[in-house]
Amino acid sequence: MDKGIIIAGSGGQGILLLGRLIAYTGMLAGKNVTWFPSYGAEMRGGTANCTVVISDEVVGSPIIERPDMLIILNCPSLKKFISRLKPEGSLIYDASLVSSEKCGMNGFEDDSSSYRLYGVNASDEASALGSIKFANMVLFGAFLKISGLANLTVAEEALKSTLASRHHHLIPTNLEAIRRGYEGVNPS
Amino acid sequence: MNKRVLMKGNEVIAEAAIRAGCRFYAGYPITPQNEIPEYMSKRMPEVGGVFIQAESELAAINMVFGASAAGARAMTSSSSPGISLKQEGISFLVGAELPAVIVNMQRGGPGLGNISGSQQDYFQAVKGGGHGDYKLLVYAPFNHQELWSLTMRAFDRADEYRNPVMILADGVLGQMMEPFTPTDYNPPELPPKDWVLDGCKGRPPRVIKSLYLGEGELERHTRKLFSKYKKMKEKDVLYESYETEDADLVIAAFGIAARVCLSAVRMLREKGCRVGLFRPITLFPFPEKEIQEIASAGKRFLVVELNMGQMVEDVKLSVNGMTEVSFYGRTGGSMIFPEEIVQEAERML
Repeated sequence: MDKGIIIAGSGGQGILLLGRLIAYTGMLAGKNVTWFPSYGAEMRGGTANCTVVISDEVVGSPIIERPDMLIILNCPSLKKFISRLKPEGSLIYDASLVSSEKCGMNGFEDDSSSYRLYGVNASDEASALGSIKFANMVLFGAFLKISGLANLTVAEEALKSTLASRHHHLIPTNLEAIRRGYEGVNPS
Repeated sequence: MNKRVLMKGNEVIAEAAIRAGCRFYAGYPITPQNEIPEYMSKRMPEVGGVFIQAESELAAINMVFGASAAGARAMTSSSSPGISLKQEGISFLVGAELPAVIVNMQRGGPGLGNISGSQQDYFQAVKGGGHGDYKLLVYAPFNHQELWSLTMRAFDRADEYRNPVMILADGVLGQMMEPFTPTDYNPPELPPKDWVLDGCKGRPPRVIKSLYLGEGELERHTRKLFSKYKKMKEKDVLYESYETEDADLVIAAFGIAARVCLSAVRMLREKGCRVGLFRPITLFPFPEKEIQEIASAGKRFLVVELNMGQMVEDVKLSVNGMTEVSFYGRTGGSMIFPEEIVQEAERML
């Protein structure tokens, strides 16, 4: 069965890279995957999102109306996509930036509705590692744990293949960020 | 066995072209196909080929004309508004019987429209587009494996027929990534290029032209072109059927729309609805006979396109009144979700 994931946040937060990492990891795990970016007139500071579909079968549509999972990195994206999440779907979000108070949304966190909520203090963890830019990696780690898609060794291989070689000196810090995300969540 | 790789659709086309021996690329930037020239600008110098960012789409298609006349495997790419600008050049390529590969990663129109994926250029691709009586061989890939294999095949067929071949894809396929296996290119046996303009020292001069002024000359020439198209109809039709055998309703779609329909067919099958998918891979030559066979078995058709109804006309011509043909489409660069198609199919069942 297809699993659809929408990843959304601001331009510059590494949304598309996070999506590519998930797609690449899915490929390494032997799955069929598609990655589709929003490619409008986005720029740093604007909104960015991408859709990843992971399946054991050939992927049909790369664009989905109702995702099984949302990974959310800012308030506008939460507002835009939350209503499309499937009942029982998972919402992973950067709790350093997104909360019902910060987003002015009526208590989505304690909403006893059917979503599985995973708030990850990704930006705070990332800042502790030296740059807020590692927040997407913390969320990647959390995603791996929650989805059970692959272990950290596979993630490392995906990271090496996905990051441009000019960023390869940052791989150790990225891996640490991924590890913190992975260990920081406890999927029920 | 080659390993699976993850690339953008646009890059898949560019690398496939290089592997198939394309050594000349000219293009002018336009979203959503910019990764093709970007990739070519890096790769062409590595293989001793030529990359030119032309001053316009017109210049690019006419540079392809020149490179092809000189014997190179040549390609250009663009998206809808840019492909409109190339139509004169395409007509000249056909008239002069020059091989070339033209890629259209369609976006919304008319005019500048928008940059989302669309299928609004079906008519332009299969019914002419430029002036004169002519056809292009048109491939409509629907995944990255096909972007790879059909791009390679496009160069072979272009050389075989001495006629331009078009890859008609769209912004979604171009922008998305998915794994595919980069298979090796196996060149087929092709007629020698004994017509190229490569200097006539020691041999009689050759002429490449599309101007035929003599009495009856142009008609003879056009009939010759159409004997090629007849051959394409006999041996180049490609299509795929999915669960059509026991189907009461057959969804017909090409390219990206067919992928969405594939999801819809799976959802419908889960609900126990007998629905199948028929997917033309060549838009010209169109799989008329195969559609006739489905229609003569009494199955109805639902044609789904990202336009207001273009391929549906060819389906209707093939069905020729034998059965009901309905249409569902979204336009203006809006995407179809599988759920919409499920709803539409259920309404018909």
